Amino acid sequence: MKAFVKHQGLVAPIDLANVDTDMIIPKQFLKAINRSGFGPYLFDEMRYLDQGWYGKPLSERTLNPDFALNRDRYRNASVLLARENFGCGSSREHAPWALDDYGFRVIIAPSYADIFYNNCFKNGLLPIVLDKTAVDQLFVDVEAEEGYALAVDLEAQVITRPNGDTIAFEIDGFRKHCLLEGLDEIGLTLKNAELIRQFETAHSRTYPWLYGAIK
Amino acid sequence: MAGQTLYDKLWDSHLVESRQDGTALLYIDRHIIHEVTSPQAFEGLRLSGRKPWRTDTTVATPDHNVPTNAEERKGGVATIIDDTSRIQVQTLDDNCDEFGIKEFHVNEMGQGVVHVIGPELGVTLPGTTVVCGDSHTATHGAFGCLAHGIGTSEVEHVLATQCLVTSKMKNMLVRVDGQLGPGVTAKDVILAIIGKIGTAGGNGYAIEFGGSTIEALSIEGRMTICNMAIEAGARVGLVGVDQKTIDYIRGSRFAPTGAMWDRAEAYWQTLRTDSDAVFDAVVELDAAAIDPFVSWGTSPEMVAPVNSVVPRPEDSGNPVKQKGYQRALDYMGLQGGMNITDIMIDKVFIGSCTNSRIEDLRAAAAVARGRKKAESVKQVLVVPGSQMVKAQAESEGLDRIFIEAGMEWREPGCSMCLAMNSDVLGRGEHCASTSNRNFEGRQGAGGRTHLMSPAMAVAAAVTGHITDVRKLA
Ligand code: SF4
Repeated sequence: MKAFVKHQGLVAPIDLANVDTDMIIPKQFLKAINRSGFGPYLFDEMRYLDQGWYGKPLSERTLNPDFALNRDRYRNASVLLARENFGCGSSREHAPWALDDYGFRVIIAPSYADIFYNNCFKNGLLPIVLDKTAVDQLFVDVEAEEGYALAVDLEAQVITRPNGDTIAFEIDGFRKHCLLEGLDEIGLTLKNAELIRQFETAHSRTYPWLYGAIK
Repeated sequence: MAGQTLYDKLWDSHLVESRQDGTALLYIDRHIIHEVTSPQAFEGLRLSGRKPWRTDTTVATPDHNVPTNAEERKGGVATIIDDTSRIQVQTLDDNCDEFGIKEFHVNEMGQGVVHVIGPELGVTLPGTTVVCGDSHTATHGAFGCLAHGIGTSEVEHVLATQCLVTSKMKNMLVRVDGQLGPGVTAKDVILAIIGKIGTAGGNGYAIEFGGSTIEALSIEGRMTICNMAIEAGARVGLVGVDQKTIDYIRGSRFAPTGAMWDRAEAYWQTLRTDSDAVFDAVVELDAAAIDPFVSWGTSPEMVAPVNSVVPRPEDSGNPVKQKGYQRALDYMGLQGGMNITDIMIDKVFIGSCTNSRIEDLRAAAAVARGRKKAESVKQVLVVPGSQMVKAQAESEGLDRIFIEAGMEWREPGCSMCLAMNSDVLGRGEHCASTSNRNFEGRQGAGGRTHLMSPAMAVAAAVTGHITDVRKLA
C-alpha cells in the first residue's frame, strides 16, 4: 500500500451529511476492471449535469457549476472536508479508489461508515476524525479564505492551520504504523505463513474432504 | 462452562491466531468470485507477483453484469453488447485461466448467481468458512457454515493468504415458532423479522435463525432467510444442520463421496448450537401471526402486511423516523394511509439470490398457471438463479407456464436485482420484486421497488396491483 507520512494541501469542503458510496461513485462505474481511473467520475451525479458512464470523455460532460469541486478556488484540492457518516452504503472499494485517483490524500470528518473507513487505509488514504466543533470551524475558515491549505503530519498526529495553530487527532496505532511504513496487509499476513501452514496441516487431517475437491 | 453457539464453534475451528488488538486471523475454506469485485484483486496479485495460496478452495462465475436475454447470450462473452460489461466478463475468464481458478463460464452448466451456485455445486458445505466479494454471502449460512461478504482488498487477501483479518461478532438468536399460514413463505418471515428489528437491529451480530418454523422450512427457504440477514444489519446469518441440509448436499458436484462422505456427515451432524449456549440477544416471532409482507418504502425495514395501509409519517413515533418516512413516500410516489393493495405495478422481477431457486420458481408458476399478465403491466422478467435451476425448471415445464402467461423467461444472472445490465426500471416505475434491496435507484434511477415473495409477485403481475395471493380466485 501507499505510505502516508506528511501532506500539505488545499482543502475542499463537501457540506453534506451521510454522503454514501453511491454518491461517491455510482454503480455504473463498477463495471471497470482497474483500481485507477475513477477520478473523473468521483461524485459523478453531483459533479456533472449530464448522465455519466464509464469511459465517457470529459469533453462531452457538462460540469455542475454549483458543486464545490468545480469551483476554481478548490481546483487541485487534496484534503477533503466532510460531514457526519461519510462513506455509508455499499462496501465498494471503488469509493476510496475514486477519491485517491482524483488526488485526495486526506479526509477530515466527524465520523465515517466502518467499511469505508477501513477501505481508506487499505488504499493509503488518511481519514481523520475530528470533533464536530473543530470540523464546523474548518468549514467556516475554508469558506472565508481562498487558498486555505492544511498541513497533516501523521507521525506527530497533528494538523497545522495556515496561521500556525495545530489540531491534534487520534488514530489507532496498528493502522498508523501500516500507513507510515506503507505496509501491505497481505505482506503482514504472509509473515505468518508458517502459522497458516501449521493450521492447514491440522485442518486437513480433521476435514480432509475440504482439500482437493474443487478442480 | 456454558455451551457454545454454532457461530462460536465455527469461529473456533477456523481460528489461526488471536491477536491482542482484538483482531484475528481466520482460515477461509471456500471463496466464490464474480466479475465485479474481483478484477482489481487479481490485478493486485499480478502487481505484487503473488499467487493464490490454494486454488482448490475457489470457484468463479460471472453473474452481476451478464445480459439475461438469450439473443445477447448466445455467443457467450463475445456477444455481450456493452463494451465495459463484455470486458469485465472477459477479464474474469482471463484471470481465472491465468491463476488456475475453476470458473463456470457465462453459458456453461454451473453458471449462475454466486449464492445460488455455491450450495448447488457443493462448494458450500456445512462447517466451512465461506467468503465472497458480495454482501449477500450470508445466504450460505443456511448450511451451518460461517459465511459473509468481503471487500475487494479482502478478496485479494484471501486469494493470497487463504485467511482473513477480522474480529468476532456477538451472537443473536431469532426464534420463529409455530406454523406458517397457507400462502405465507420464508420471504414473508424474513421481511417480518427485518420489520421488527430494523435494518440496524443485527449490527455487530451473527444471527442464528431457529425455532420450529425455521426447522420446518426447506433448505431453499432457509437460504432466503439467511440471504437477508444483511438487510437486518448482520453480516452473518446461520441455521443449524439437520437431515434436510445433508440431503440437499448429497450428490452435488464437489461434495465428498463414499467413506469420506460418511466421515463428513458424522461431523456435520454435530453442527448445532449446544442446548445450554447463551446468546447475547434473543428475538422471538410467532409464525401464525405473519401475513404476506410487502415493502412500501426505500429501506427493507419499511414493510407492512399486504392487507394493511401505507403508514402515515406522523404515526411513526419520532421526528427522525417521520422525516425518513416522508422522504420515502415522496420518492415512492405514495400517500400515507392508502391501502397497500392499491399500489399499481408497472414491472415485475422474479429472480435474485433471495428467490430464484427451483422452489421459488415452482411457487411462482403455481400462481401463473392458466393466468395472464395484466395489460397494464409492461414487463415480467423471470430470471432463474442458475443454469441448473433453469434446466430443472424447463424439465418441469415451468418456462412454458410463464411464457403462456405473457412473462419473459430469461438466462441466469443478477439481472434487475441491481440493474447493472440492461434489465432496469424506468423513472417512477413501480416494480414487484423478489429481490432483497429497495434502496432509491437500486433497480434503475428513479425506480420504485416493492419487495415480496415469488407467489405475491406473480399475483401482482396478473392483477396489475399489489394483491394478497391468498385471495386470487
Ligand atoms: S442477485 Fe442481487 S443481491 Fe444477489 S448477488 Fe446478485 S446483485 Fe447481489
